Amino acid sequence: MPSESDVNAAIAITRFGLGARPGEIQRLTDPRGWLEGQIRSSGAANPPGRFDTSVERMQAFLDYQRDARQVRQARQDMPPATGAPPAMEAPAQAAFDARRDSRRNLVQDTAQEFLARAQLGATTDAGFAERWALFWANGFTVSATKFQSAVFIGQYEREAIRPHVFGKFENLAIAAEQHPAMLLYLDQAQSIGPDSRAGQRRNAGLNENLAREIMELHTVGADGGYTQGDVTEFARALTGWSVSTQRDQGLNPGALQQARYARGVQAAMRGEPGLNGFVYRAIVHEPGARTVLGKTYAAGEKDQGEAILRDLANRPQTARRLARRIAAHFVADDPPPSLVDRLEQAWTRSGGDLAVVARALVSAPESWSPQPAKIKTPYEFIVSAHRALDTSPQRIQPLQQALIAMGQPAFSAPSPEGWPDTAADWAGPDALVKRLDWSKTVADLARVADPNTVAANALGARLTERTRLAVARAESRPEALTLFLMSPEFQRR
Amino acid sequence: MTAPLNLNRRLFLGAAGVSLAFAGRASAQSAAGPRNKMVVIIARGAMDGLSVTVPYGDPNYVPLRGGLAIPAPGQAGGALALSEGFGLHPSLAGLHDLYGAGQMRFAPAVAIPARIRSHFDAQDVLENGGEGLRQQTDGWLNRALAASGARYHGLSIGAQTPLILRGSAPTSSWAPGGKIDGGDRIASLLQDLYVDDPMLGANLARGLETEQMAMVAGDGAVRRNDVAGLGAAAARLMAGDQGADLVALSIDGWDTHARQLGQLQTRLTGLDQVIGGLHQGLGEDWDRTVVVVATEFGRTARANGTGGTDHGTGSSLLLAGGALKQGGPNSGMVGDWPTLAGTKLFEDRDLTPTLDVRSVFKGVLRDHMGVDRAALDTRVFPGSAAEAPACDGLV
Repeated sequence: MPSESDVNAAIAITRFGLGARPGEIQRLTDPRGWLEGQIRSSGAANPPGRFDTSVERMQAFLDYQRDARQVRQARQDMPPATGAPPAMEAPAQAAFDARRDSRRNLVQDTAQEFLARAQLGATTDAGFAERWALFWANGFTVSATKFQSAVFIGQYEREAIRPHVFGKFENLAIAAEQHPAMLLYLDQAQSIGPDSRAGQRRNAGLNENLAREIMELHTVGADGGYTQGDVTEFARALTGWSVSTQRDQGLNPGALQQARYARGVQAAMRGEPGLNGFVYRAIVHEPGARTVLGKTYAAGEKDQGEAILRDLANRPQTARRLARRIAAHFVADDPPPSLVDRLEQAWTRSGGDLAVVARALVSAPESWSPQPAKIKTPYEFIVSAHRALDTSPQRIQPLQQALIAMGQPAFSAPSPEGWPDTAADWAGPDALVKRLDWSKTVADLARVADPNTVAANALGARLTERTRLAVARAESRPEALTLFLMSPEFQRR
Repeated sequence: MTAPLNLNRRLFLGAAGVSLAFAGRASAQSAAGPRNKMVVIIARGAMDGLSVTVPYGDPNYVPLRGGLAIPAPGQAGGALALSEGFGLHPSLAGLHDLYGAGQMRFAPAVAIPARIRSHFDAQDVLENGGEGLRQQTDGWLNRALAASGARYHGLSIGAQTPLILRGSAPTSSWAPGGKIDGGDRIASLLQDLYVDDPMLGANLARGLETEQMAMVAGDGAVRRNDVAGLGAAAARLMAGDQGADLVALSIDGWDTHARQLGQLQTRLTGLDQVIGGLHQGLGEDWDRTVVVVATEFGRTARANGTGGTDHGTGSSLLLAGGALKQGGPNSGMVGDWPTLAGTKLFEDRDLTPTLDVRSVFKGVLRDHMGVDRAALDTRVFPGSAAEAPACDGLV
């Protein structure tokens, strides 16, 4: 029988982290201390590399939109087709090429962001902080299924999520909801208060999407006691939360001061920039006091929506719901109620301090049950396989193909609800065939001297005798590695 | 971006690990002749019924929808005429041909029994078949499989098994893009590893079996995102004695809060291709098939401020298939039209549903798949005895 401390070392790295690299488990003498050491007020580390900030990215995106407008204009200018379609005129062709190139560049940059994140996962010494960050990125999902938000996802995770994952939940919520990626993903950027100055002038109106999803998915949950009326009121309060447009660009700090003091519509149309490319646009903000969940919020520009969001973040339903989600993500699809209670108490006691909640998770006895209950997501599976084999993904293409096959394409959760989180979601018949398929390919290509050592290093005391024997008796190295990668204890955590 | 897949691979018919795992099931099926089939297509994200079965004859439609209204038949970009003042979205030309052949019906105002506007909760209700949230942990299509003994085979298309088909009855799933090359030895070695993990063992065995069928059918070449190919691939997996009979398939991307016109055109073209693929691919089996297209809820009757619509209530449901009966009381529209008059809108914003979506499912399951009424009322849709199976004379 392996000793309890050996088992705990393996659990710390495989259940709370992204799996073991060779030697990691053996070196770990204080599993809980190792986990607690990763809980830092500065948040989770960013993927390595130099990437654009949101503000820089916004400029590239606006350039793309300008190119796209020129393409549309060029098409309209073309004479009506007679007979065979005419060759594109030179200016139209140039506009078309520019648009295609800038779109491709935007997509490639996001792909590089994803690759960098996977590389961080494959090499980091702080696997728990990384998993904790991924959990919150999924809790505040922005998906690349929409092009506009795809453009900003890398920035979103680096700017809005990672720095805040061990701080107050309400600050994480504000950072996430005010990021351009979220404002574009959930249509907030275009929502206009019907009685705002802009709304009165043209036929435009509210979009409730962000307000609803904040309540349903990010804070209190669908059974959080709110009504359609609360959603609409919140949506009104959020009007004005937006992102830069061409009109806002070129506002250097000096011009910005001027704009603030200038009078008239032109100035008012210009937004007031905030962090990460957020812009508050007073001219579309719905005037007046708002009532949400029985509480009245005085009229007040950008702060009105913030005040409501902070209150939602601090409601008991939010604590309860997220405590359960954390326990279900790290420990079991149907987590022990005592663990959920512990996390909820830590949340409530600390006023939603996520560092305190994370410490409660790693110190709870329920978190250390020896049985691996959770199935790894495809991303966790692939990253942990890289760690076990002491490699790191080098190209986005094969990584993305594997993720697509297993049902979790890069940055592309199917809906604002994010990726699902149960065994039934990830280990269906076809998904397992695709995992086996990928494992065989990886095993064929791997340059590994001894699969027995790989399995022992990756799983430590969690390696079962059955799997150990199967790997030892395999007829070839690829077969041995495939069995190891597909073993229950490597598929689970 | 996915490359065409490698077809140069060994088939593994009779591979020890796989055939052992299915010995029980294979022998339980006698050669009882061809079986009826039902395909449920879930349009996820809230399909806008008012753009699918366009109520151009309703005087309030254009005022409510403005620029999002689909023009009446005969106008440029107009709907394709159905009966009683309705028309199909112009991207559904294939379905309209089926309508002309008496092989399509539409229910213009259906909804799940619970009044919720959360996609995820509403999809849960649509799929679990309960009256409200979290009443069932499995799906009604799976319970229909269980209720009909071992007669039918269940299959979901897609990398993940959707809730509608989850449950105690074994089902399979398939998604394009596989290239496992037999691996008879590895499959059986893995079954040894999975003795204490029955979920992994059973699911992998089922997945390999379906993969084998798809390979025999040559579906390795189906590309991802090839919606049209998806319908054809599903049809091939439904063929023959081992083929699937109760099939679940999802099409995402209906949440049209903004730029609805273009998005819907793309989605509906895809939907039309899926049904066309099933129609062509099923061949003679099409005459034994009913396809149901349903969504979790509809969208607001009014356009919003961003060229789209927000979460609503009633939406439309489509039925297609060669098994639909020609003529009769439900030969066109199923259920009533509540109208879009201001006083008739649900909560002054949504199309009011006149038919519980479970009634349609129950009607098809009873009349077409032979599931008896008592099982439908208590097991498949627990507590739904008050909702009679709709559409007598449908099939």
